[in-house]
This record gives sequence, structure tokens and C-alpha cells, in this order.
Amino acid sequence: MGLSLSALAERKTLWPWLLLAPLTIYLALFFLVPLVEVAIMSVTEPRPGLANYEKVLTGSLYRKVFLNTFGTALLVTLCCLLVGYPLAYLMSTVSKRAAMGILLLITMSFWTSFLVRTYAWMVLLGNNGPVVWLMQTLGIAEPPPLLFTRFSSTLAMVHILAPYMIMNIYTVMQKIDPSLIRSAESMGAYGKSLFRHVYLPLTAPGIANGSVLVFVICLGFYVTPVLLGSPREQMAAGLIGNQIEQFLAFGLGSAMSIVLLVVTLVILGIYHRRFGLDKLYG
Amino acid sequence: MSAYLRLAGVNKTFGNFTALGHIDLEVEKGEFVTFLGPSGSGKTTTLMVIAGFEKATRGEITVADQSLAHLAPQERNIGIVFQNYALFPHKTAAENVYFPLQMRKVGKKEGMKKAAEMLDLVGLKGFAHRLPKELSGGQQQRVALARALVFEPDLLLLDEPLGALDKNLREQMQIEIKRIQKRLGVTTIFVTHDQTEAMSMSDRIVVFSNGAIEQAAAPLDIYHRPATRFVADFIGESNLLEATITDAATGKAHSPVLGEVTCGAEGLPPLTDGQAVSLLIRPEHLKLSREPKEGRQNAQMVIETIVNYGDNAVVIGHAGDQQIRVRVPGADVVILKEGDSCHFSWTADAVFVLDK
Repeated sequence: MGLSLSALAERKTLWPWLLLAPLTIYLALFFLVPLVEVAIMSVTEPRPGLANYEKVLTGSLYRKVFLNTFGTALLVTLCCLLVGYPLAYLMSTVSKRAAMGILLLITMSFWTSFLVRTYAWMVLLGNNGPVVWLMQTLGIAEPPPLLFTRFSSTLAMVHILAPYMIMNIYTVMQKIDPSLIRSAESMGAYGKSLFRHVYLPLTAPGIANGSVLVFVICLGFYVTPVLLGSPREQMAAGLIGNQIEQFLAFGLGSAMSIVLLVVTLVILGIYHRRFGLDKLYG
Repeated sequence: MSAYLRLAGVNKTFGNFTALGHIDLEVEKGEFVTFLGPSGSGKTTTLMVIAGFEKATRGEITVADQSLAHLAPQERNIGIVFQNYALFPHKTAAENVYFPLQMRKVGKKEGMKKAAEMLDLVGLKGFAHRLPKELSGGQQQRVALARALVFEPDLLLLDEPLGALDKNLREQMQIEIKRIQKRLGVTTIFVTHDQTEAMSMSDRIVVFSNGAIEQAAAPLDIYHRPATRFVADFIGESNLLEATITDAATGKAHSPVLGEVTCGAEGLPPLTDGQAVSLLIRPEHLKLSREPKEGRQNAQMVIETIVNYGDNAVVIGHAGDQQIRVRVPGADVVILKEGDSCHFSWTADAVFVLDK
């Protein structure tokens, strides 16, 4: 005698939950609980009330930092797109082997620690670094400061985030049916109009996926802008770090974190309604 | 009348591989020509060379005496329906059909009106604003056809367009495509590996094998007077039997299986005594009986399998080592049993001779 059918069905429905349990418990303990604590802190520290939020939402320093954060994230996303789209296109046109080679080169930076990559930029862009030396050799007597500027932090963040953009766009480009392009050609579409009317709309989902991913990750960037960026152009995560580490203003830091989280969720929400979050992972 | 589309000595090689040997073909204006052959026979490559997506290694293609050699696919004014329809998923049916007009700088208002008329012609009135994913396979097929025709192309190329449809829809679309093609009078090349499709739709069938044309002729000629053994075997069901010509003058041959045979079909090739040949007898030209039939040539076989199709049946048997297929009316099948020994008979005009 075997198991009855309903028992089998029950076992089947139980399995996925069992498999999910370790991760769920882990996330609940080490992510959800602290997050709730942060939320509570934001309305209780140093005293109960919404004073922290009032400060964050109306204070000119905070507004400046938030605007700067969005500006930087937008700039980084745009740069990633400009760098990533042609590269992804190249990958989709070469042989599978060559594409894998390029992908390997692109993702190589993932294998290096975050800090090492950041310090590498410091060496490259520093006052005695090769870039400054090259500029001087080319006759620029007083090269503009490169390090600790918006330029250096943007450059480093684009370097780190571009692979996300490239992989998202490449995945979509690779799936485009070549007969769609042929059929467009047979109907008289050349380079520019072929791109505008057919190729770009077909790759739009990849652009949307990559952009949302890069933008959202960039919003919360901490190490890179703190170490490489201009102190005058702080990003939200850096300021939160300051509040907590230097001023011990746990409540204010928490309130900023929550605001950043809510904004991020709103962006993801809008994306979800428009494209569906499930598409984000191909 | 000179040919409208002409392929002269078209050859295509990929490295060491010869995809097309030496293709010569002429197609009249308004003709519906089918390229038929197994996969890898060169039919699709020929289509792609005509469309301009593949460049011929040698040879020339002309449409109305104009060479296509230096024209990009965009400049050839050829409408193509792809196997998977290749509709733009982000455009509605009407926008898809408008696209080739848009590329020809036709204004939106006029172009969309033309697109709507075309959708009307293919029987898709009221579906103009649907996206491809909101249409059934047959409807997508119609949109693709409308899109390939809306700009009044010089040629219409169809690359196995019915492959993805189920049988009923397929037959319906065959009739539909034929109707529209006749109405517009567009010179059409239709690629398929489905012989019934080729038979029912074409003015002329071009049979491809191994990168060469085996035969180009009207459907019934292809069926009744195949030029080669390959064509005889590929088109329809056939009994092909080895034989040697014993008397060329009277059309007598000797077959180890059938014995003495008189060949009398129309359009026999010239024969010589002692020539080794293949005899073709179509299954529907054979009759089964218990006893030898008077006035017909007879031989014996043992029934092995009976495949029933309802209105008719195919009886497969063995005469010596030779498999024999006989098509019989469905009603006759009830008296036949597997394992039975019986006679099959034919008349001289059912026997067609092919070079071995």
C-alpha cells in the first residue's frame, strides 16, 4: 500500500516551505528584526515623536544630501547605460565564446574586494598617480583635482555597477529573434530607423531592468562615495553613517534610513506596476 | 514571354560546403512556385539568396531583367513571411502592417488606412489594435502576410509559413494564401517540406535535393512523370522496383519481383535493351484480389500491415524482399486480414520507368 493521494499532495505542498525555511528564518532574525528596531528607533530616539522625520524632511542639509544622492544615482545609471548598451550589443553580435570572454573580463572586477577596488582608484587618480602624470606629460601644467570629487566617485561607481547594466541588457539582446531584424530589413528599414523602430523598443525591457537595478543599488552606496567622493557632496548612506558613528544620533540616522528605504520601495513599486518585478531577474 | 524572376547559375558555398550547386530557374510574372525538398536541400538557402540575406557565390538573379546583385535586402522590394511570422511584439497588428510603408516615408494617416485595408483583405477586420501576443497563430500568420503585401512588392517569399499551425488551420490558410495571391497577382515563392501543401497550392513545384533542382514542373507532372528516383520517392507514396529493360521497342521489362512487365505510362524516357531501371507504380494504381485478375498484370504478396484512414486504407505487404503498398477503398479493408496471401494487379499505363 502506498501513500494516499491527498497525503502525497500535502507532502508536495509542504516541501517548498521546508526548503525556504532556513533562509526565511535567517532573514527574519538578521534583517527583519533589526529593520523593525531601526524603524522603532526613528520615532523613539532621543525622545518619542516624529521630530526626526521633521528634521530629515525639512532640514536644508538633509534635503541637499538626498537630492545629491538621487542626482548621483541618476548620473551613474546614465553613464552605465551609455557604457553598457554598446558593449552588450557587441557581446550579442560576436560568437558565444567571445561573448563569454567579454563577460568574464567585465565580471572580473566582481572577484576583487570592494575596498581593494576603491583603493585602486585612489592610486590611479591620486596626485602622484599615472593619470595625473599622463596629463602633465601631455602638457597640462596644473591638472584639475581628480580624487575626492564627484568625478572620482561617479567613475568608481560606474565601474562597479556597469556589469549589472550590461548583463541585463545582454540577456534581452541575446533573446531577440534574428528574423525580426531580417524581416525589418526586408521591409526597407536601415540602420537608424531599424534601431529606433525595432531594436531599441525590443531592448527596452533590458534597459529598464538594468537601470532600476543600478539606480536602486546606487542609492544606498556607502564605501565608494565616502572614500572617493567629495566631502561637500555627501550621499545619504554616508551621512547616515556619520550620524550614527560620529554624532551617535541613532534616531536621526534611523529616520534617514527609513526615508531612503521608502523611496527605494516606491521606485521598485512603480517599476513593478509598469514591467513586473519578476522580470528583473530575467 | 520572358521570365520575370530568373536565377542563372546561382551557386552558394559556405567554406568547403556547397549549399547550392548550380541553380537555374525561371519564374513567370504572377506565378505561384513552390520550393519543395527535405531540410538541408537548399530550398531555404535559395530563398535567402533571392531575398538578399545570403550572397550568391556565383551566378546572377534578375527581376524584370534588373540584376539584384548590388541591391541590399532593403532595396529589393520583396515581401517576406517568415516561418515564425517575425511580427514586432511591441507594435499592434496595424502598426506592424504600416511599418514597411513607414519605412517608405508614407504618412501615418494614409499608411494606417492602407494597413487597415490590407488587414481587411486578409480577414482581420477589427483586430487592428491587437498586439501580436493577443492574436492566435493563424491570425498572426495573416498579419505577417498583410505586412509582406501592403507595399506592393515585386516578389512575395514565404518561408514554411504554415509549419507551426495545426492541420485544419493549415488547410484553411493554404486556401486563404492562394486566394489572396490570385487576387493581387503577386509573383510568389513558397518554401515547404510538406508535399500536400505544395500539391494543393502551386502552379509549379521545384523539387530540391542536395543543393540542386531535381525537377521543376506542374504538380501533376511531378506526381505522374517524376524526372528522377528521388522525386518519385519524395512525392506521394510509391512502389519503386528494380527492373531490366528486355525489349525497348514494346516497353517490356523484367523485374525479379513482378516478373514480365509492360510499361505504358505516358512520357517515358528513351529506353535501350538491357538498361537497368526503376519501375514506379503508385499505390492507388494497384488492386488487390484473391485470384489473379483477368486483363491485368498480376503478382502475389503477403499482407503485413493494414493502415486504416477511414475513407481509404493502405495495405502494406511483401512480395519477396520487396515491400508493396496498395491503397484500397476503405470499404474493401474489412475482407482483408494480416498474414493473408493475395494478388495485386496493375495495367501497363500505371507503370512509369525511371533511370536507375
